[in-house]
Amino acid sequence: MIGALGLDSTLHLLAYSPPGWGANLLRGLGNSVIIALGAFGLGLVIGTLGAYGKLYGGPVTRDLLAVYTTVVRAVPELVLILILYFAVTDVVNQLLVAWGQSRIQISGVAAGIIVLGVVQGAYATEVLRGAILAVPAGQIEAARAMGMPPVLLARRITLPAMLSFAIPGLANLWLVATKDTALLAVVGFGELTQETRQAAGTTKAFFTFFLAAGMLYLSLSLVSGAIFGRIERWARRGQPGHGGGGR
Amino acid sequence: MKAMTRPHRVVMIAIGAGIVLWCVFALRWDWLPKYLPLIGQGIWRTLWILAITAALGFFLSIPLGLAQAAGPWYLAAPARVFCTVIRGTPLLLQLWLLYFGLGSLFPQFPWIRESELWPYLRQAWPYAVVALTLSFAGYEGEVMRGAFKSVPRGQLEAAKAMGMPRFTILRRIWLPQAVQRALPTLGGETVLQLKATPLVATITVVDIYAVASRVRQDTFIVYEPLLLLAVVYMAITGVIVLAFRALEGRLPTRVA
Repeated sequence: MIGALGLDSTLHLLAYSPPGWGANLLRGLGNSVIIALGAFGLGLVIGTLGAYGKLYGGPVTRDLLAVYTTVVRAVPELVLILILYFAVTDVVNQLLVAWGQSRIQISGVAAGIIVLGVVQGAYATEVLRGAILAVPAGQIEAARAMGMPPVLLARRITLPAMLSFAIPGLANLWLVATKDTALLAVVGFGELTQETRQAAGTTKAFFTFFLAAGMLYLSLSLVSGAIFGRIERWARRGQPGHGGGGR
Repeated sequence: MKAMTRPHRVVMIAIGAGIVLWCVFALRWDWLPKYLPLIGQGIWRTLWILAITAALGFFLSIPLGLAQAAGPWYLAAPARVFCTVIRGTPLLLQLWLLYFGLGSLFPQFPWIRESELWPYLRQAWPYAVVALTLSFAGYEGEVMRGAFKSVPRGQLEAAKAMGMPRFTILRRIWLPQAVQRALPTLGGETVLQLKATPLVATITVVDIYAVASRVRQDTFIVYEPLLLLAVVYMAITGVIVLAFRALEGRLPTRVA
């Protein structure tokens, strides 16, 4: 079977040092992780603001956020990436020209983080909105009755209390973020899938390289699954009946 | 209709209509008549791939969910591994593994080249259909596992006590209730599947996304084809959401 798939004769191509392409794959994985981390972080910021806007904002804010989350969740990520990539580059360059500066080329990492962050923000808004709604209203009312200002209330009561409800959804979002970085290969950015395609195209060992990249993605998923499991246990500490810490 | 006539909504709808009108008159749409037949074909192919892969994937997900929910370990473990692998790797990579990887291995075997399937294996769309089907089955298998588990045990025990054979229990009692519970998630997964279909353009299947890419390459127009794409996908999403809402409305549910 291994011989039939051509693995035995091409395995040496995965070696770390130059005749092998291992270093390229690992560099691609590093880029993927950096973009996923940045996009996830940006998505969390947008999501937190969006969730608060949807819950406590005025009617106009609510409707605008509803349009944002609906449109982003209805259009394929691939199309959004292209639209946002061109639009962001265009807007930045027009601003620079208006200020009398010269045009720049936005780096792939920055563009990838911004684009995927805007996409993640829409999903994070919904996840966090649901989680905030799941916090018992009495706790928030009690804090208000004690005269807590809104930011302190969010920092001390709402955000810590909603964390345990939000973690499963956020873990899902993180996995989506890592997998969506693969889409940047279509716009030619050198993350794991693109590096893999280059290596495979040069050596003609397509099956070996895509299988290796699949293993890398899978181990990234499994490791982050374990990490999020620990974070969830930590977020649930002190809650009865979930086997959390503090016993 | 009352919700639409509140003052701020009227203003927002007016602004929205203004933006749409500006897009229609200020942007370039002169390429549209020339490419209209191609666009129609592209939309048709996208819908066709979506329907086939969602249907096949759903049928595949039933045994996957059943094996994980109630099967013996030698069926549950492979099903779980399959779902984990599919959900843990990007669909783009799975697609390229099948098309470039397997596709480059097949010609080495003379008996494959002489088989009846060879004319199909040389085209791109079978790989697209297989990859999207397996992906849908992987995600949906996980959903069906939860749905099968959430059917109350008493229902199954009652059916068993009536002397129903196991397959009839599955067909008449277990599966209908599980599908009913999974229906809202199934609608969401179908929208996600629609959003996964443009990936097939990367392996030369000409769906609506590939048509738009071609327009952009031919005419050097950047935004208009992408806007058209966004509108098309939003329209299809709307149809899917409405269809599933109608489907859910047909099934009686007891709200406690």
